[in-house]
Parts: sequence; structure tokens; C-alpha cells
Amino acid sequence: MNYGVVSQEQLEKIDEILTEKLIKIGVDCVIIIDMAGNIITAKDNGTTKYDVYSFAALAAGNFATVDAMAKLVGEQEFSLLFHKGTDCNIHFSKIDDELLLISMFGREISLGFLRLNVVETIEQIKKLWARD
Amino acid sequence: MSFINLREKIVQVKIVYYGPGRGGKTTNLEYINRKFSKQIQSEMVSLKTHGDRTLFFDFLPFDMGQIKGYELKIQLYTVPGQVKYNATRKLVLKGVDGIVFVADAQEQMREKNIRSLNQLHENLLGYKESIFRIPLVLQYNKVDLRNQGIPILPTSVINKDLNSKLKVPYFEASALTGYNVPETLKKIISSTVVSIQKKLL
Ligand SMILES: Nc1nc2c(ncn2[C@@H]2O[C@H](COP(=O)(O)OP(=O)(O)OP(=O)(O)O)[C@@H](O)[C@H]2O)c(=O)[nH]1
Ligand SMILES: [Mg+2]
Repeated sequence: MNYGVVSQEQLEKIDEILTEKLIKIGVDCVIIIDMAGNIITAKDNGTTKYDVYSFAALAAGNFATVDAMAKLVGEQEFSLLFHKGTDCNIHFSKIDDELLLISMFGREISLGFLRLNVVETIEQIKKLWARD
Repeated sequence: MSFINLREKIVQVKIVYYGPGRGGKTTNLEYINRKFSKQIQSEMVSLKTHGDRTLFFDFLPFDMGQIKGYELKIQLYTVPGQVKYNATRKLVLKGVDGIVFVADAQEQMREKNIRSLNQLHENLLGYKESIFRIPLVLQYNKVDLRNQGIPILPTSVINKDLNSKLKVPYFEASALTGYNVPETLKKIISSTVVSIQKKLL
């Protein structure tokens, strides 16, 4: 993948993967952003609407902050970044050094099940780029 | 680094307002937010302390409409200017496409402007970017204070301090009254768009 520009075809395939692996299991909204806070793509279940641009800016900042803290205490990274609420939870996962996958989900899904699906999603996305 | 979505034809551009503490970066964005409300779809996000100092950043997404068939989404950010926040300043600079350096034109701020600009130079090097290559506009802010008898650096002096090597566009401004705030914004957007077009060709 030529970072910075994603082809239409790549985006469509990524969206398919996100829908299949995450939206279908009940994730409300999933966003891929880069570390600068740009949105690569966003998918939702049709009923949940967030201000994804502000969300991306804050999420990139949040992730970068935690990453910087990890380095300060001598960790490579904190692999799990998860915020738990009453009705909404947010899960962050690194795709690679430049990209982040963020899932927002409710009470119906367990964290374990979500993580499993996130891992598979990321594997599929990486394969897609490896091929192109 | 700007991000281009070829399917939806959206270009996202990151512009950062940088400069010494209390120089008026947040005030610039607040003015833009009020003045151009039609082009702003969401709320301005401000991560600040109780004393209204920027703690992490301000964020304001700004819709520029279509350029050559692409929808241009300008993401405006400010950094926290206080000396102690350099780690967060660096984080906000990640992936920056264009910078407005907001200097405080008060005489007593002369040294602080220079130090802040030097640190911007270093922080960009950390991302393998160069202050000499990145689109940059200088803003000499708070010139309205002249009318209150507060000593303000003559533009020739501040320009010599900050711009003798850079030789980039500059504006006297007052973020409080809005004087030259839109002009500064337009200039940085056009420089940044030109630079992105060059990179893509
Ligand atoms: N007179 C005058 N005051 C200004 C102007 N611009 C900003 N100020 C004032 O200067 C103070 C600091 O402005 P901010 O916009 O918060 O400064 P900042 O650069 O965001 O400061 P940090 O967030 O700490 O980096 C506020 O009290 C503003 O009202 C200006 O053009 N003229
Ligand atoms: Mg501020």
C-alpha cells in the first residue's frame, strides 16, 4: 500500500472485511485512522452516528499519549487499549506503525470475542496489502 | 501527511497552529469557528486546563468545498504553547501538512518567539521534516495592543528575528479582533494544497 493514498478497490475490500468481521457480530462503529488523526475509512451499523472526524483526532491523540507513556516506563507498547463504559466501549488496536483500528461496541459483545475478531480482521487487512 | 480517499474523493489536510504560550493560537481557531460557522460541521474540541490554557490540542475541522473534484477537509489543530508541554507538542505535529507560527508581537515576548520557532525546527527534524520545506506562514499577533500603548515590536524587527532565513509569507494580525486571521488561514491552505499537489504529481 502506498501510504497516504488508498485505492478504491483496496478501500472496498477493507470495508467488506470490516462489515463481515465486526459490524455483523454487533460492533456499532469501526474506524481505521492513521496516527496523524486522518480517517482512512469508517463503517457503522446504520443506527449509530458519531462525529468521526473529532473522534479520530482525539483517538490518535489518546493512542499517541499512551504510547509515549509506555516508552517512558520502558515498555515497547501497551498492547491493549480499552475504555469501558455502561453502554459503549471503545477498543483500540494497532494495525501497523501507521494505522489504528478502533471499534465501538455495546453490552452484547464480550471483550474476548471482540478481540478475537479484531485480530482476524487485522490479519485479513494485512494480507490484502501484502498482495497489492 | 495528508490522506487522500480516492473512492469518496476526500482529501484530509492537517494544519497546525504553533507558537509560544499565550500567543493567541486558540484565539485564532475560536475566531475561525465563529466567523466561518457554515463551513464547520462539528464542535470545536478543546483539551484545556481550568485556566483555559491548551493542555493537549484544539481541533477544528473546516470544509473548504471542492477543489478539482476533490472535497477538501482541513483539520486545524493548535499545540499547547507552554514550555513544559513539548512532548505533547511533538505528538500534535505528527503528520502535519502545513504550519501557522503564531508569534506574540509584544516586545517582552521577543525571546520566547525565537525560542519557540527554534524548537519547532527541532521537533520537525524528529519527524524527518524540515522547517525550510514544510508550508509555513508566520503571524505576528496582538498588534491591536499598540492602541493601548503596550510596546509592540515593529514588523521589520520581528520579521528579521524570525523570517530572515525562512522567507515565508507573514501577516500582522489580531486574533482577538480577527484582523488578518482569515488571510493567514487562506494563505496556509493555499500553500499547503500547492505542496500536496506537487507531491502527488
Ligand atoms: N489583545 C490581544 N489579546 C489576544 C490576542 N490574541 C489572543 N489574545 C489573548 O491572549 C491570551 C492567550 O490567548 P490564547 O489564544 O489562549 O493563547 P494560546 O497561544 O492558545 O496559549 P496556549 O494554549 O497556552 O499555548 C488570551 O487572554 C487571549 O484573549 C490579540 O490578538 N490581541
Ligand atoms: Mg491554546
